[in-house]
Amino acid sequence: MTTEPGFLDGNAAAGDLESLFGADMTTAAGQCQGCGLRMRLAEAHAYLGGPGTVLRCPGCEDVLLRMVRSPNHLWLDASGLDYLRLPAAAG
Amino acid sequence: MAVISRGFHGRARDKGHELPPGQYETTGFPVLSAGPTPVVSLDDWEFTVRTETGVRYSWNWQELMALPSETPTVDIHCVTKWSKFGTRWQGVSLDVLLADVESGAEYALVRSYGDYTTNLPLEDLLDGKAWVAYRFDDEELPAEHGGPARLLVPHLYFWKSAKWVSGIQLLDEEEQGFWETVGYHNYGDPWREQRYQGD
Amino acid sequence: MARAAVPGRLGARLRWLEARLTGRHDESDTARTLVFDVPGWPGHLPGQHVDVRLTAEDGYSTQRSYSIANASDGERVELTVERIDDGEVSPYLVDVLEVGDVIELRGPVGGWFVWRPDEQKEPVLLVAGGSGLVPLMAMIRTRRALGNRVPFRLVYSLRAPRSQLFVPDLRTADPGLDRTFLYSRSAPERWPRPPGRITANDLSAGGWPPDFEPACYVCGSTGFVETAAGLLVALGHDPRRIRTERFGPGG
Repeated sequence: MTTEPGFLDGNAAAGDLESLFGADMTTAAGQCQGCGLRMRLAEAHAYLGGPGTVLRCPGCEDVLLRMVRSPNHLWLDASGLDYLRLPAAAG
Repeated sequence: MAVISRGFHGRARDKGHELPPGQYETTGFPVLSAGPTPVVSLDDWEFTVRTETGVRYSWNWQELMALPSETPTVDIHCVTKWSKFGTRWQGVSLDVLLADVESGAEYALVRSYGDYTTNLPLEDLLDGKAWVAYRFDDEELPAEHGGPARLLVPHLYFWKSAKWVSGIQLLDEEEQGFWETVGYHNYGDPWREQRYQGD
Repeated sequence: MARAAVPGRLGARLRWLEARLTGRHDESDTARTLVFDVPGWPGHLPGQHVDVRLTAEDGYSTQRSYSIANASDGERVELTVERIDDGEVSPYLVDVLEVGDVIELRGPVGGWFVWRPDEQKEPVLLVAGGSGLVPLMAMIRTRRALGNRVPFRLVYSLRAPRSQLFVPDLRTADPGLDRTFLYSRSAPERWPRPPGRITANDLSAGGWPPDFEPACYVCGSTGFVETAAGLLVALGHDPRRIRTERFGPGG
């Protein structure tokens, strides 16, 4: 038996991200604040099923984004990203 | 309103025990991770307590093993709504580790290998309420459940029981941890259902 | 970027829809395809997925993400679900859910791991590990439904013949779709390739040369995706043309 790494990718968080941002975020480009790697959020490592959604950099594993849904609020910390770039007028 | 899924019960649940509000029993032991499982060799393992004045106390693995241990059997409650009854652990009480630490701090920020942190009042680590646990169910604690050693604070939601624990920073002012900074409760009492900030 | 508490109403755009099971059939010894009628379904692109939400009578609720298996077809959504024995959701979907039952779906979601037949004219390489075939099958079916002429090659790694998904569909003549089957545990009799994990040679023989600049889609378990995507890069494929999707054992 080999142990599978415990992460999926940003595709698996697509529904939660879209419900927060109101647009598809898997195609959004971002840059890791830690190592400078540029990626699409679809390519980030996603840790799901816990208290919240955590996206990490596929290069250095630093946290890019954390998202928590409580009954009354959605909490977002994207401080691990230098920027997020979305296509304009995608919808 | 949600649509009820006919015949869906989730995992087998037992209504015989007393559950905190909003919790469901599981007989499994779900693995929840916010990041990669750190690889920590016992040769390099160290548990460090830093006081609010910067004084540092530390134990290596041999020193931890040489301390008197306890074998608590406790119920654990995860904020993702599962509870597990009668889990059996072995570990060193924080009363032992903190016995000689000089501090007037009120708060603790627990740190892990990897980048995980969680906060709680210092008094919740004392008086037989918390352990650094290194065995589960008579076996070495598996890495996916926090081995070589994790914090065990079973009277609070289980995210406070930091996996892969590496140390405790004692603080005069409360400093929030990994989940607390994005909406989770600073205290996290399952019996008062303190899941989120403001609960 | 700073932390912020965002009001929940932004989430209204992606709504939970009621999905009624109208049919189901076995795909393999462990997987079953579920056919849903979803009033209000806006249609989807091949490779997109849905979130499935189940709620028990006592209020307990949980959700999972599944790839859509069919080409967009009105309000019809097909999910092919692999039963994970100690899972919480997949045994319910595979064994308990009956025709006429209603669950909740949210989607379609994801715009990265998709094939856009209107825009993409380059050859396509599909690399599937196990049930990672599902979103790639949606691409194959979409190409077929549209009569699209873009050349496709599928490299499908599976455990054993009995674990193959979409057997009748992949047997159907489909001009311009080349198929390579790799068995990791046990192969059919007289199969030329001995059972084993995917190799650079498999991807070189069953895929496209890098200078054809194909779009590569890799889907499977996290371990499979890491391996296969790494091999493609080593063969000279531009990482920017490799799109990956990892399947979890979430159950």
